[in-house]
Amino acid sequence: MRNVTLVLDDGTKFYGKSFGYEKPVAGEVVFNTAMTGYPESLTDPSYAGQLMTLTYPLVGNYGVPPFTVEENRLATFMESDRIYASAIIVSDYINSYSHWNAAESLADWLRRERVPGITGIDTRELTKVLREHGVMMGKILFDDEPDNIPAAQYEGVNYVAQVSCKEIIRYNDGVGKKVVLVDCGVKHNIIRCLLRRGVEVIRVPWDYNFNELEFDGLFLANGPGDPDTCSAAVDNIRRFITSSDKPCMGICMGNQLLSKAAGATIYKLKYGHRSHNQPVRMVGTNKCFITSQNHGYAVDSKSLPADWEPYFINMNDGSNEGVRHKSKPWFSAQFHPEACSGPVDTEFLFDDFVKLLNF
Amino acid sequence: MEKIQKVLLLGSGALKIGEAGEFDYSGSQALKALREEGIETVLINPNIATVQTSEGVADHIYFLPVTPFFVEKVIQKEKPQGIMLAFGGQTALNCGVELFKKGILEKYGIRVLGTPVQAIMDTEDRELFVERLDEINVKTIKSEACQNIEESLKAANDLGYPVILRAAYALGGLGSGFCDNDDELRKLAEKAFSFSPQVLVEKSLKGWKEIEYEVVRDSFDNCITVCNMENFDPLGIHTGESIVIAPSQTLTNHEYHKLRELSIRIVRHIGIVGECNVQYAFDPNSEDYRVIEVNARLSRSSALASKATGYPLAFVAAKLGLGYGLFDLKNSVTKTTSAFFEPALDYVVCKIPRWDLGKFRGVDRELGSSMKSVGEVMAIGRTFEEVIQKGLRMIGQGMHGFVDNKEIKIENVDEALREPTDKRIFVIEKALAAGYTVEQIHELTKIDNWFLYRLKNIHDMDQQLHKFNDVKQIGKDLLLQAKILGFTDFQIARALGMEQDMEMEQAIMQIRSYRKSLGIIPCVKQIDTLAAEYPAQTNYLYLTYSGVANDISFEQDGHSVVVLGSGAYRIGSSVEFDWCGVQALNTIRREGYRSVMINYNPETVSTDYDMCDRLYFDELTFERVMDILDYERPYGVIVSTGGQIPNNLALRLDEQHVPLLGTQAQYIDNAEDREKFSEMLGRIGVDQPEWSALTSMDEINKFIDRVGFPVLVRPSYVLSGAAMNVCSNRDELERFLKLAANVSKKHPVVVSRFLQHAKEVEMDAVARDGEIIAYAISEHIEFAGVHSGDATIQFPPQKLYVETARRIKKISKKIAHELHISGPFNIQFLARENEIKVIECNLRASRSFPFVSKVLKINLIELATRIMLGLPVEKPAKSLFDLDYVGVKASQFSFNRLQKADPVLGVDMASTGEVGCLGEDSRAALLKSMLSVGHRIPKKNILLSTGDGKQKAEMLAASRMLVEHGYKLYATGGTSRYLTENGIENTLVYWPSEMGQQPQALEMLHRREIDMVVNVPKNLSTGELTNGYKIRRAAIDLNIPLITNARLASAFIYAFCTLSLDDLDIKSWQEY
Repeated sequence: MRNVTLVLDDGTKFYGKSFGYEKPVAGEVVFNTAMTGYPESLTDPSYAGQLMTLTYPLVGNYGVPPFTVEENRLATFMESDRIYASAIIVSDYINSYSHWNAAESLADWLRRERVPGITGIDTRELTKVLREHGVMMGKILFDDEPDNIPAAQYEGVNYVAQVSCKEIIRYNDGVGKKVVLVDCGVKHNIIRCLLRRGVEVIRVPWDYNFNELEFDGLFLANGPGDPDTCSAAVDNIRRFITSSDKPCMGICMGNQLLSKAAGATIYKLKYGHRSHNQPVRMVGTNKCFITSQNHGYAVDSKSLPADWEPYFINMNDGSNEGVRHKSKPWFSAQFHPEACSGPVDTEFLFDDFVKLLNF
Repeated sequence: MEKIQKVLLLGSGALKIGEAGEFDYSGSQALKALREEGIETVLINPNIATVQTSEGVADHIYFLPVTPFFVEKVIQKEKPQGIMLAFGGQTALNCGVELFKKGILEKYGIRVLGTPVQAIMDTEDRELFVERLDEINVKTIKSEACQNIEESLKAANDLGYPVILRAAYALGGLGSGFCDNDDELRKLAEKAFSFSPQVLVEKSLKGWKEIEYEVVRDSFDNCITVCNMENFDPLGIHTGESIVIAPSQTLTNHEYHKLRELSIRIVRHIGIVGECNVQYAFDPNSEDYRVIEVNARLSRSSALASKATGYPLAFVAAKLGLGYGLFDLKNSVTKTTSAFFEPALDYVVCKIPRWDLGKFRGVDRELGSSMKSVGEVMAIGRTFEEVIQKGLRMIGQGMHGFVDNKEIKIENVDEALREPTDKRIFVIEKALAAGYTVEQIHELTKIDNWFLYRLKNIHDMDQQLHKFNDVKQIGKDLLLQAKILGFTDFQIARALGMEQDMEMEQAIMQIRSYRKSLGIIPCVKQIDTLAAEYPAQTNYLYLTYSGVANDISFEQDGHSVVVLGSGAYRIGSSVEFDWCGVQALNTIRREGYRSVMINYNPETVSTDYDMCDRLYFDELTFERVMDILDYERPYGVIVSTGGQIPNNLALRLDEQHVPLLGTQAQYIDNAEDREKFSEMLGRIGVDQPEWSALTSMDEINKFIDRVGFPVLVRPSYVLSGAAMNVCSNRDELERFLKLAANVSKKHPVVVSRFLQHAKEVEMDAVARDGEIIAYAISEHIEFAGVHSGDATIQFPPQKLYVETARRIKKISKKIAHELHISGPFNIQFLARENEIKVIECNLRASRSFPFVSKVLKINLIELATRIMLGLPVEKPAKSLFDLDYVGVKASQFSFNRLQKADPVLGVDMASTGEVGCLGEDSRAALLKSMLSVGHRIPKKNILLSTGDGKQKAEMLAASRMLVEHGYKLYATGGTSRYLTENGIENTLVYWPSEMGQQPQALEMLHRREIDMVVNVPKNLSTGELTNGYKIRRAAIDLNIPLITNARLASAFIYAFCTLSLDDLDIKSWQEY
């Protein structure tokens, strides 16, 4: 394995070995403390442009499932059509995987999709550096090659535009209630969760003016990057909430876009939430849930207009984890009720949404 | 609901196989949680060596058996409003269910805090359990509950062999096993029915993965899974017998969360409030699963999960039992984030069981669905290779990791892989060395390839290292890689063959200084529950080579005091040393020093990060201790409160100029080195049994010609079986030496004269600069020949001449002075008439320190720690002669778990735990402690075989007393004759070898016509399948109380004939 160096923007260096595709890469260095789910995370479009660090040290254990696609064009085991993360950074890459459903090793997959992977990194120390410094840009360089790649830019880049579908895709055509899904970088499991509940999904590009379509409910998907780059989507949503009483649900980026459309402000968290173990509480109840999360921005609950209220709050840092309208059927979650990867405690939100459609 | 002000908590009693130190940890945590709420606590636990039965942990401590009879007495007296059943293992749970069924809880209006009894019963009764899980579409193992052997046979044939048979309501898989045919089933079922009214026959899923989840639920229906764990050994080996990894390694995200969701569904449906454990069988070739069982209480696994994650399950469970919601509680590690969360690990944890099967003659070494291990270790690291190698060193059986060990002899590798024993992992190494592929090993073991690949990785690294013969050739990269894979300096030195040129210790130091010069040193990392996502000020630490920076900084201000812990529980070293360590930590903290603990036993209180200022959950090898001391630069290190492991390190640490507190290393060596110690005793005029270290049969014979039989033989190199034996004649001696020892110049055998019919007396004391400050003299009820760890001990001594006590004190003073003792020490004496001989002297705390400290109500370890810290102490005003009550310590044996082992006591220790009870006189104390270790007062029929002439005479008065009290005696040949000659009515019964004669002793046992067996072997050498063995073994397998010592039997009989249960005083420790 070739020697590589991970160089962070502040000059900190970590030395490791390459096990993936051999090319230098630059991007935003982020971490995730989940202990399982690297195939799901790598194919999650929310990781576009990011070098994904896993704090759990052993990665590759169960190999990679076959990248098969179902009749409905959704991947059987993955969250999108390809790897979106720019690279993966681990402590102890395991090449000799073992699983009945594995088709190849993680290294082979990364090489096939031309994505770098590095191992031998003290990912705990790296995480501490990232945590204290906040998000940082970084580069993976091969020690025997000169540094001739440009530094990455993350903030202000519209990653949503890069990962969103380019034209309308319909699923379960004509089966039931029609749900418009605004694709900011949707994970396939969101679509699966909707389809399983017998609705028709009309997946539209992120900036598509869906208000012109005929539909029964609106779904705002997750996506990568800075919500401030998505004003086109916010405008469309604002139009929707000022003119419609149809149900709406959002996830992650969707929560932020809905909140922005309602008039709330977004801020960057000191410590982003990137794990499978985030506790949230449903406001005004004793109901608590463990959730899967991956976000660095949050809605400022205090900035919500009077007819909106926080729906969930984070039990660790008190930050907003969802909003809802006080009288209309609109709500959203900052976490990922569709899981994949992560705990499935909050999948009931999809039931709630579908119930509203059929109300 | 009225506010709870007083809570009764049931402990788990003596440590036994399947129920060990983990419940001291759980109980202590629960009591801490209750105290924090200002609730008055009452604890019933006869295990006097535990931390939970210490001052300040519970308000009222009762050293009484955890049985409905005694618990009701305490309830009458203390009138608690609530009871907690989940913290004392199966013992407490079963007792709670009985109290509930008998209506006692209702009668006294006591609320069960935590999981309701109905939910407990739903999980304990298999039929109910399957029904309940069927209701929510959760798959269980198809299992037939059977009430008798015929039903079991039918069920097995319906399901098809192989089947597994389990006893309902049993601890740690007691009475369970696999059966391949009717014959095997019949045998096992008979045994199981002796413990349990119901057995379960199930289809075997051998080869499936075994996965566990620890689940917490509050009364608001909020649920979390704190940890999942995967067994290295596939289904078929009890999880207590399996190497376990946390988190799971071979599950995908989908599989992990599928089982997690099922766990939560189950726990909600059953209605657990608090903590519980769900075990799964998981198909290695699909996502199919079965729920194996649910433990509605804190368990061994939950203690492990607490230590593996830093999440204090017992503490939280206790709070939830009081009605709190998870959202009310904080994460105890971060102190700021919520307790409603699931720990994210950024390390791997490996648990390895510790077996002591070598201690038992005849024992079946095969591992299966019933537990045999006596302890466990937990290793933390950042590669699997690192943790497995750490763990294999930690179990303390002379192994240096996965590779570079002493060659083990295996006749048939395939068979040894297929039929797991306590040595299987080392057989895997042997197989790899012999060229077996991972696939071949998998075929034989069914262990997941993932684990086997990791092991092969270690093996391959070792092969690479073997190519070099000088550490400097290896190169920094490879050397670091070896350290990342868990290789010690020792293993590297051995791989390089350095032993041939120099002493191993020297080689290790060369490697150490070379790698340090390259900057290859381990990093100190925190266990923070959140994988560094949030900042955490935690003192829970481990060391790893997979890292570039430490998580903490070191003050190196000379205020740290490091206490070395006692390692894995094993026969001869268990919870008592944990108590000692915790007392030392408490004292260090109280005196304003920074208390630092190094230990790796997940079942302990000393490895609770709350107990000290800094916890290194890591190895107690010389190398690792030095790594830590290099960082800490402590004021001093305490090696005398953790038993033999730290004691053995003293000399080597001293050579590295480590500041040892207390008695100096050279004196420790003077006591440990038999030659030096003997020479010293001679010099100061103290007598000892004659002994000699001998290197040939000729020498041995000459020595014995001089001193005569019997002799005690201790080989220095043990081939198999027990390490020590008493030989009464030449025949036995030759047989033993041929079987067990290799006599040679390199491996001398220590032979000493064995004094018969002598009393054994113990001196536990604390000295300062050679002057005794406090002491306790206690007396064994059995004569010498029973290991002091197995003997029944009374304190203060009841039948010791004043003259003997005085002489013992005098001798101890001389020894303390001569060895400049500062700190705790223990001397064992033999006393016959007033002739006194020293057998052994340990310059460290002994097993009996907690017992004598608690009876005397003087904390000898606190005193010793103050002395070691150089603080002023005063001689306690009271002495053992002032006590107007008696303490009796009785031993707990776990022979019922150790199939085929001969349940006889000898010079090698066999007990797994102990209790200590107080009473107004020695009868009361003895009775309470015997009942606490599982004896019962017999109803009617007693079977006697009372050994040789002297022992028969010993039992005469007791036998007469039994008859006078209406008991019916049955006796074998010689004993029957002797009793008849002495006018004691009895019925002759026949030995198994006396076939055709009636009545047969064995048949009576099987028909349950005997309520107690007294079977005293004729001499102290044991072995073959004798008549006596068959009777003893049958008594154990049929759960009939057995006593094998005439003096103990007499004392017990005297006690229960002259005292009734209702006469026993029910007093808390504080009330004596």
